[in-house]
Amino acid sequence: MDHQRRILLKSTLAASATTMAISAGLLTPKAVWAAWNEAAFNAKDVNAAMTSAFGSTEATASDKVKLKAPDVAENGASVTITVDSELDKTQSISILVQNNAQPLTATFNLGATTEGSITTNIKMGKSSDVIAVVKADGKLYSTKQQVKVTIGGCGG
Amino acid sequence: MANTSSTIQVRSSIKKGVATIKCLVSHPMETGMRKDKKGNLIPAKFIQNLTCEHAGNVVLDAELNGSVSTNPYIKFQFSGAKDGDTIKINWVDNKGDKDSAEVEIPTKRKK
Repeated sequence: MDHQRRILLKSTLAASATTMAISAGLLTPKAVWAAWNEAAFNAKDVNAAMTSAFGSTEATASDKVKLKAPDVAENGASVTITVDSELDKTQSISILVQNNAQPLTATFNLGATTEGSITTNIKMGKSSDVIAVVKADGKLYSTKQQVKVTIGGCGG
Repeated sequence: MANTSSTIQVRSSIKKGVATIKCLVSHPMETGMRKDKKGNLIPAKFIQNLTCEHAGNVVLDAELNGSVSTNPYIKFQFSGAKDGDTIKINWVDNKGDKDSAEVEIPTKRKK
């Protein structure tokens, strides 16, 4: 029992060392992707995630950011979310789930020719506000919607 | 690497120069917070980065967390596409596993 616990601890430590090496640029994968923002994704609440991801928690509520999500999701393991941005120069679209253990679910960095529209499936542990944050022309805009979850998707 | 054993499936269409890409990746997307039947934590394994390139431009650069659903589905659109163009999709997960696929758009249905 205790032995297994040691192994588990060891492997977690090893894993975090690897991610640290990657974030330090020692093991940069040969590809074009942006650095995975570990601090933002591991943040435990929305404000901390926003600060790590965007350097600010202040996003202007905008009706030009449209969030399409079900009012009631029967299965929290797969909730379809669509974010449409009608803002000029939309640079990125992020999806945050307020009541998830790690609210920041995904950030989509868009190219110059990419339309401001993303659809994806996310997990939700329980009923929560879903927040879409759009970065356009260097400014932050957001909109949110409550989604009720009947069966959670994050527990065992 | 675009073959039947790829983890990446793409459906695409082009309308008036705007390509719609629907991308489905086979991946467990373990958060690292779930426990197995014996109560041991299942180690985290999820896609962290997924990119799509078209004509040398990165049209989508997605950073994902473990809270994206198992077998992630992403739909997006970009302009400036024409018939017969290829797009390249890459992903890498937190364990360093990765895959890529080159797909001609629009996708022709195979039956």
